[in-house]
Amino acid sequence: MTAGADQIALAMQGVSKRFKKGELHDSLRDLVPALARRVLGRAAAADRREFWALRDVSFEIPRGQAVGIVGDNGAGKSTILKILSGIMKPTLGEMRVRGRLSALIEVGAGFHPDLTGRENVFLNGAILGMTRAEIRRKFDEIVEFSGLADFIDTPVKRYSSGMFARLGFSVAAHVDPDVLIVDEVLSVGDYLFQRKCMERMSAVLQGGATVIFVSHNLRAVTDLCSRALLLSHGRVLADGPAPEVLQRYLEAGLDVGTNGDRPASLSRFSLLNADGEAVRFRSGERARVEIEITAHQRIERASLVLMVESDDNYPLFSTSTERLGAPALALEVGGRASYTFDLDLHLAPGTYRLLAALYRYDIQHEYGRYPGRTFFVHSEIDIRGGVNLYPRLSRP
Amino acid sequence: MIAWFQDLYRRRDLFYMITWREIVIRYKQSVMGFLWAILMPLLIVGAGIVVRAAFAYVAGTKLVMSDLADVSVRAVPWAFFVAATRFSTSSLIGNVSLVQKIYMPREIFPLAAVAANFVDFLVASAALTIFLAIVGTGFSVQLLWVPVLVLILLVFTIGLGTLLSAASLFFRDVKYLVEVFLTFAIFVTPVFFSVDTFARFRTFLLLNPVSPLLEGLAQTVAHHKAPILPWVGYSAAVSLVLLVIAVVVFKHLEPFFAESI
Repeated sequence: MTAGADQIALAMQGVSKRFKKGELHDSLRDLVPALARRVLGRAAAADRREFWALRDVSFEIPRGQAVGIVGDNGAGKSTILKILSGIMKPTLGEMRVRGRLSALIEVGAGFHPDLTGRENVFLNGAILGMTRAEIRRKFDEIVEFSGLADFIDTPVKRYSSGMFARLGFSVAAHVDPDVLIVDEVLSVGDYLFQRKCMERMSAVLQGGATVIFVSHNLRAVTDLCSRALLLSHGRVLADGPAPEVLQRYLEAGLDVGTNGDRPASLSRFSLLNADGEAVRFRSGERARVEIEITAHQRIERASLVLMVESDDNYPLFSTSTERLGAPALALEVGGRASYTFDLDLHLAPGTYRLLAALYRYDIQHEYGRYPGRTFFVHSEIDIRGGVNLYPRLSRP
Repeated sequence: MIAWFQDLYRRRDLFYMITWREIVIRYKQSVMGFLWAILMPLLIVGAGIVVRAAFAYVAGTKLVMSDLADVSVRAVPWAFFVAATRFSTSSLIGNVSLVQKIYMPREIFPLAAVAANFVDFLVASAALTIFLAIVGTGFSVQLLWVPVLVLILLVFTIGLGTLLSAASLFFRDVKYLVEVFLTFAIFVTPVFFSVDTFARFRTFLLLNPVSPLLEGLAQTVAHHKAPILPWVGYSAAVSLVLLVIAVVVFKHLEPFFAESI
């Protein structure tokens, strides 16, 4: 991150952005009373309705680097992208961009439903900054990428939402920008198309472009980006190599919580590898889960359920103390019980979540459900899906 | 101002495509298609003829061919002005998703709205030319004024439309006020009549920057007379000042567009 000034593609310096929540006047009817209040010196009430979406954000991105921006909803990711792409101006601070910037904040923006696919390619291409000559030159390539050659002269209002998004991404992917800003657009289309999009983004990167990538798909961020920024409440919490920053993000998301309303809480919910607490695992690695339950009410017959879900909330695995042969658990108020599970994570690379629940089988009652850690699995072999079946290829 | 033109020139293909979209979607799925470009001014011409015929009847005179030419020459640019102002006013509101999601010089939207209506105006003008040839209006050297007058009208419309498009983004009332204004504007613009009909209110009427232009077009095309030069100069000055103000205000407000919608 110590490059010469001309090697910096993008920079933000002390950027802050303030939004006013209630001060917007959509009609004169709202403006007149607001002006009256201001004249009468009661403007102070409005200040409380302000909030800072970004506070003192600074970073420099050298040419050709791919940077992921991660953070919870409302952390300020979209605001950063909007400022970088010139849609909004920062309240304070400065921003510099070198070269042609293209922002994929929404694919198919400017598509008109009554126009055909062909017409929309030209319209959307022009919106994204291409000249007509450029679009004409790349037209066949764009259509082929989208896989919609048969429908290119159909009005896009007859397209399915997936087709719509595919055509939109195809245009956007052919802009050839110096700086590419991507906001969650990879969540469009079917699996194969997403794969194609990732490959295209890698190609753009290899072509020397700078990429800023915002996604909740942490897997995609690690695949694509060498560096990541972690945002929280408008501030940069961490900036560094992607795996480390993501680990920090996942750790910050840990929520053990001692909720007094519930019959019981988890006073400990840890995920460990051989070295201690961990969120990154090799596919097939042994993981240990340690859970301690504290009862706030009397619990007669409970069983501790352990679950693993994929990052799209699909249940992949579940077991329980009772299923594993342990007797039902009975606790007095304030009583504690500890369990340790050992798991072999034969999972495909991806992001997964560990969950626990306290369940009574005979009356089918759930005492409580506890969100656990999010963890990552990586592997040397390129496999997709949920599980690792250890494929081996042999030639005849 | 120069940087503004450069920025705009760089994105001329976008301007072309947005204009093209405005035109195409207006006539796609309509049976009459481009005939609407002629029909709308024709309705105003029709209204003008009805009004004039009624007055001729009351006054006991006869409606002559030059009256028809006179009304038509005023009505066609007026129809352009009304439609272009209306479309450009809502041009930014109508492209919310683009304004919020992608950066581009946003003045392209009001400009494209004016341009699309200008294409309609050219179509209507071609029809008007044929009509004038049939009724035998004839030629004169005064016709050289026509492009000048049309250019001033274009500058004025662009300035007004740009300003109103930004204003309506912040205050939705603007759209309705514009409708009201356009409905009543015909009473303070010499569309159905010559300004001379208004005797001592003539000056008041000419203060409307569009009036000297419509008056000038009618004078030069239908009557082969020179336009009222000082007033044309006045229109040109107002139009230029309005355009500069509009661009300055627009660029000043532009950073707030995305958060104000």
